Amino acid sequence: MKLLKIKIAAEIAIVGIMAAFVFGAGKVVAGDSNYIIIKGSDTMVHLVSTWAEDYMKTNPKAEISVTGGGSGTGIAALLNGTTDICAASRSIKDKELKLAAAKNIKPREIVVARDGIAVVVNPVNPINSLSIEQIGKIYTGAYTNWKQVGGPDHEIIVLSRESSSGTFVFFQEHVLKMNDYTPKARLMPATSAIINATVEDKWSIGYVGLGYATDAGDKVKPLAVSDGGKAIVPSEATVKSGEYSISRPLYLYTNGEPTGRVKIFIDYCLGSAGQKIVRETGYISIAK
Amino acid sequence: MKKLRIKESAVRILIAGSASISIIIVMLIFVFLGKEGFPFIKDPGLFQLLGSKWAPVSFIKESYGIYPLLTGSLLITFLATLISLPIGVCGAVYISEIGSGFERELFKPFIEILAGIPSVVLGFFGLMVIGPVTKSVFHLSSGLTALTGALLLALMAIPTIISISEDAIRGVPRSFKEASLALGASKLQTTWKVTVPAALSGIIAAVMLGMGRVIGETMAVLMVTGNAAIITMSPFESVRTMTATIAAEMGEVPFGSAHYSALFWIGIILLIVTFGLNMVAMRVLKKYRMN
Repeated sequence: MKLLKIKIAAEIAIVGIMAAFVFGAGKVVAGDSNYIIIKGSDTMVHLVSTWAEDYMKTNPKAEISVTGGGSGTGIAALLNGTTDICAASRSIKDKELKLAAAKNIKPREIVVARDGIAVVVNPVNPINSLSIEQIGKIYTGAYTNWKQVGGPDHEIIVLSRESSSGTFVFFQEHVLKMNDYTPKARLMPATSAIINATVEDKWSIGYVGLGYATDAGDKVKPLAVSDGGKAIVPSEATVKSGEYSISRPLYLYTNGEPTGRVKIFIDYCLGSAGQKIVRETGYISIAK
Repeated sequence: MKKLRIKESAVRILIAGSASISIIIVMLIFVFLGKEGFPFIKDPGLFQLLGSKWAPVSFIKESYGIYPLLTGSLLITFLATLISLPIGVCGAVYISEIGSGFERELFKPFIEILAGIPSVVLGFFGLMVIGPVTKSVFHLSSGLTALTGALLLALMAIPTIISISEDAIRGVPRSFKEASLALGASKLQTTWKVTVPAALSGIIAAVMLGMGRVIGETMAVLMVTGNAAIITMSPFESVRTMTATIAAEMGEVPFGSAHYSALFWIGIILLIVTFGLNMVAMRVLKKYRMN
């Protein structure tokens, strides 16, 4: 009986995984006039799909499909005409612009939100600020002890997001300067798990979206980060002004000026309801 | 008469179809895993899997070495077996041989409940209770270690081991015990020297099935082991298991990429390992049933 149960459980699990792949792989037909197709950044999937859900609630006729795949995939889709809107957490590269010109596509860039990434430690940690370079060295494994950055003699527990996370890649690109993470980095399945581990383990360091760091309150301490100049504490204001260096704008790209249903949707994103969702999903609103 | 025969064969086909669903699904899984994993053989090549570094997202060079993941899974399975084996076997001996009927009635439902707790719920328990406890008991800097994962998995393996071992122990013929007692052995001697060895193949099968459950477990280990892809044999380090890697990375991996097929290869290896374990367990169990 037990044997059977275990077997059945295993089979159900495998079938579940299979089903997930099948649905995950499903492709959306582009160019259908009833749909708005949005492809791109994995970081923005949560934000964009929350927008889409909210938008569809108030506009029952609209149908919006949101898929991730990464900013690069999204831009490629825009150039191939297989998406109406591309969501990107980086700006379009020159190479891609040339390709777009060749294909007679005019990418129009619209900043819809900003994303600040806070580097957090346990409040017990006496360190209050680090330079980008120091953080990079901690994450690549060059520094393994807090005393190497002027702290107490304790091993550093490095916490990261899983490699599937867009933040993982952004952090790797801008803080690790494209080097690999140390294999000792603990890859946490969710931002909340990083917060939880930072609270539990006194000598750990992690990175989370600014919204999550703010929500955690006194339980974690966001570090001030310097990039050549003064160390800047991450906050909505310093991210908005661009002073805080581990931050980036989040874009939507369209082919030419947005028109029709696409324009209405983007106007909604930039409007007060859309920007409220930006704040709710942990990003920084661009509303003045 | 003819009508009846048609009806009968229709029912027969229906039932046979239901019975063969498992076979079809297993076949489909093999085909599916093979198909999705296949591109990896050409690019970047199967030998990439043999490396000692798992860094599938990199600006420099992606590495798909599954050695750290394999050792991670094996370390956790080994530790969990080490913990659950004595507890499971002693528990089964007590329930079937020593405890009273009332005790059996008391223990059995609780073991069933333990077996039925969803692994995510156990994961929470591990994160909030076992992790901090191992951290303070062993004075570690973090509770997210292989040991925490192994303790949690032992909790999942114990009910499996107890239930099947208990069946095996109870299946030992009365005459064995009576002969031993008649020769002057005490009750305890009879239990340990006669009954348990007689049920040994069943107990081994129980342990192997427990291991099968442990190595395939995903959610709980993903939550408590810290998932650092390092090669270690220390229970106090963080490890990354094969199952956790698939679960964590599959969601967002670019469809059809080398990383994507590498994950399928992990799945294939995992399937082979659990398949082997199950097969050995079945063999042993069959042997014991025949005796």
